[in-house]
Amino acid sequence: MLRDKYEVIIGLEVHAELSTKTKIFCSCPTEFGAEPNTHVCPICMAMPGTLSVLNEKVVEYAVKAGLATNCEISRDSKNDRKNYFYPDLPKAYQISQYDKPLCEHGYVEIDTEEGKKKIRLTRIHIEEDAGKLNHDEFSGGSLVDLNRAGVPLIEIVSEPDIRSSEEAESYLRKLKSILEYIEVSDCKMQEGSLRADVNVSVRKKGDTKLGTRTEMKNMNSFRSITRAIEYEVDRQIDVIEDGGKVEQETLRWDEVSGKTFSMRDKEDAQDYRYFPDPDLVAIKLSEEYIENIKKTLPELPESRKQRYLEKYKLSEKDANIITASKYLSDLFEGATKICNNPKAVNNWIISDISRILNETEMDPIEIPFDSKQLAKLIILIDKGTISSKLAKKVLVEMFEHPRDPEDIIDEKGWVQISDEGAIKDVVLKILEANPQSVSDYKGGKDKALGYLVGQAMKETRGKANPQMLNKMFLEELKK
Amino acid sequence: MNITELTVHELQEKLKNKELTIKEITKAYTDRMDEKEKDVQAFVTVLKDEANKKAEEIQSKIDNGEIKGELAGIPIGIKDNICTKGIKTTCSSKMLENFVSPYDATVMEKINNENMIDLGKLNMDEFAMGSSTEHSYFKKTKNPWNLNKVPGGSSGGSAAAVASNMVPWALGSDTGGSIRLPASFCGVVGLKPTYGLVSRYGLIAYASSLDQIGTITKDVKDAAMLLNVIAGHDEKDTTSINKEKVDYLKALKNDVKGLKIGVPKEFFGEGINQEVKQALQQAIETYKELGAKVEEFSLDIAKYSLASYYIIACAEASSNLGRFDGIRYTYRTKEFKNLKEIYKKSRSEGFGPEVKRRIILGTYVLSSGYYDAYYKKAQQVRTLVMKEFNKGFEKYDVILTPTSPTVAFDIGSKSSNPLEMYLADICTVSVNIAGLPGISIPCGVDKSGMPIGMQLIGNKFCEETILNAAYTFEQKIKFREKYKPEFKK
Repeated sequence: MLRDKYEVIIGLEVHAELSTKTKIFCSCPTEFGAEPNTHVCPICMAMPGTLSVLNEKVVEYAVKAGLATNCEISRDSKNDRKNYFYPDLPKAYQISQYDKPLCEHGYVEIDTEEGKKKIRLTRIHIEEDAGKLNHDEFSGGSLVDLNRAGVPLIEIVSEPDIRSSEEAESYLRKLKSILEYIEVSDCKMQEGSLRADVNVSVRKKGDTKLGTRTEMKNMNSFRSITRAIEYEVDRQIDVIEDGGKVEQETLRWDEVSGKTFSMRDKEDAQDYRYFPDPDLVAIKLSEEYIENIKKTLPELPESRKQRYLEKYKLSEKDANIITASKYLSDLFEGATKICNNPKAVNNWIISDISRILNETEMDPIEIPFDSKQLAKLIILIDKGTISSKLAKKVLVEMFEHPRDPEDIIDEKGWVQISDEGAIKDVVLKILEANPQSVSDYKGGKDKALGYLVGQAMKETRGKANPQMLNKMFLEELKK
Repeated sequence: MNITELTVHELQEKLKNKELTIKEITKAYTDRMDEKEKDVQAFVTVLKDEANKKAEEIQSKIDNGEIKGELAGIPIGIKDNICTKGIKTTCSSKMLENFVSPYDATVMEKINNENMIDLGKLNMDEFAMGSSTEHSYFKKTKNPWNLNKVPGGSSGGSAAAVASNMVPWALGSDTGGSIRLPASFCGVVGLKPTYGLVSRYGLIAYASSLDQIGTITKDVKDAAMLLNVIAGHDEKDTTSINKEKVDYLKALKNDVKGLKIGVPKEFFGEGINQEVKQALQQAIETYKELGAKVEEFSLDIAKYSLASYYIIACAEASSNLGRFDGIRYTYRTKEFKNLKEIYKKSRSEGFGPEVKRRIILGTYVLSSGYYDAYYKKAQQVRTLVMKEFNKGFEKYDVILTPTSPTVAFDIGSKSSNPLEMYLADICTVSVNIAGLPGISIPCGVDKSGMPIGMQLIGNKFCEETILNAAYTFEQKIKFREKYKPEFKK
């Protein structure tokens, strides 16, 4: 295959919105989804005369991210201005970091088919997000929404150490899980709070010089990142095989057509004229400050996984899935602590919950119920109040209209019939109505029992306790 | 009694003795504006009716005992690059012709907390870029001593309004000399505080690392009083310094015995007008008579400062003025085909030539490949200038120079030659480059009767030292009693 002649080189620039309560240079809230231009003030609207004041939480969160990804933390850092014009950038400069980022020289470990692999991080720096342009259907113009302007971001830049779309995905998943664990970003990809610029180049195997790279901006789903890389690798190989040259350019990935398109012409090659922001003082961090943050770092996914393997005897595969997301992992631990049934919690998370998340393209953080409610559901099954079949319906309900499982089964009348008298009435009724099956069973056809139980379930609309039904049919048939 | 000729501390005295009321004072100033503004052209926005109304309100609040305050009811004029809530703040630019700030600058909050009365917004060079106030989009302010001369700039409206008694005092801003130069040209007192002493929040930025709000007053005591109001840490400006509050009035001891004054000989060399030189030499003699120790020394920084000033200031300006893009609160071109044209045409039509010149210069020095040769080098020069000053302050308490090599020049005489105009700042820019405090006070007049300014430079946060030195000199020569602007036509 043509692909086999080439090596793929990928580097990722990941932008993660930090989950600080307020913006990076003013005290406006960072919440997503508000009415346009309601989370704004003279500072983030860049009114003349306003000045930026750095939110210290942003530095703390970025240092946390740096420590969790094995970075060196800079004791002496600063903010720089990146100058360019665009209506979503009200100051006409983005405050970022140029030559003195907060964190440098880190790495993240990913699992590959050949075992563990380190993806090196060049740097992590802090910067502000821009606003948003919304197309106005009435006027045909664009409307500027500055709610997002000034929301703090960290940009995590990897070295070109990634060699395939699978590695890219697993690197990104790992990064996402680390950021979730240290609680510096909610990493909601659909809301754009985690997004990546993907740099791709190819070279013939054995070449030592890197090929020309293209950059795909603002990708915010694993699926599009994987597809876009695959497409771009093929495209670049085709160009080279046809004797052409890959152009260094910025591309836009179009999800619908499954193709990349050129975004800017070269005439617009940007010179950002970086220079230190004179409104902001240098960021000086003491050893003590960094040590204190180190102490607040929580247990990271790798160590949680080990604990799950040893203490709860989870399979490696399940432990990987659960610990990949802090929210799933917290759900697992929380529910297990209450219901004391790690196996059941594990099964619910791995099968039903994961399936619903996949089907609804929901992120674990968006699960609308908490570990207490999941534990209650499991306890209800364990106590025989509901069947596990019904429990699945309860779970769907918990996703759709979140409330306690008891309330759901009460409202829906889904309580399992475990009353002996009531079950006996049903059994007798079914036996009376199906003499043929009774004689079939007595004649040696064991299958007939299943039919009778099925009829009884139908009669009770699935609410009869199946074990009790079985037992009672057997008793009656023996008579 | 001619009310508008009084200083603010004299007005205070009359208010205290019930010789005057707040309403009378404000009325006197608005009448004076009616009389003189047509000649001087110092205001962009006049708040005549608002001021008289506010005077009544404050008067009744005082009568009811609701407010006290030493400065309640004292009028003031504000340079038009300081944001005033609900009142236009134009920076004397077409770009901001209709901009009404939604918030008050920190200094305005302080002024308002004192219940002072804003008489209006004062003309300036567009975006504070210039040394003559000829670069205003709206009007050319005239020098009250001779209406054919410039008032200096960029705070020309502030200095001319104070000199012509249309306001008792005013706020200005100083990036390379923009308070001291017009104060010198108009024969008033201009104080640029140490960088970081006064909050810049709400001052429309020209060059963020050099800009500083300061005072233009009739005398040194008023400067100390107004500095008391505006100085102080502000958490909205991280470059403002958190230090203990000082009462600058207490610094005025009328005594300079033993004060060590250094006179850098380079500031008296080539290019200095002979009459200016003589006036300064006379001032030096005065200081000696007053018991100060005056010594000549070498401080060869002026020309390097000027070069690095224009690089740093323009670089920062090119970025600071990016927000005036035709999208939100600024002037927007009438016809455009696409976004690029909004930017191009709005900025081409909205900015004046001097502003464009500096934006282009600043954009150039920051562009990739030139950054090291210009911006970085200018910053290195800046460090050297600071070091040279530090050496000076190891030996001297105060450094004395002319404020400008010349007196006020004729309107139109330099506006076509930007480089010559830039030289007007040669004595003042190094003070901004080093972030030091500087004050300009009148020390005499030339044969044609135009005032000559003397600059006193102090070490960082040594405003008290230069205020006392200036005060002691002022008490001795009594400039205001001898000379008055004549509005020569």
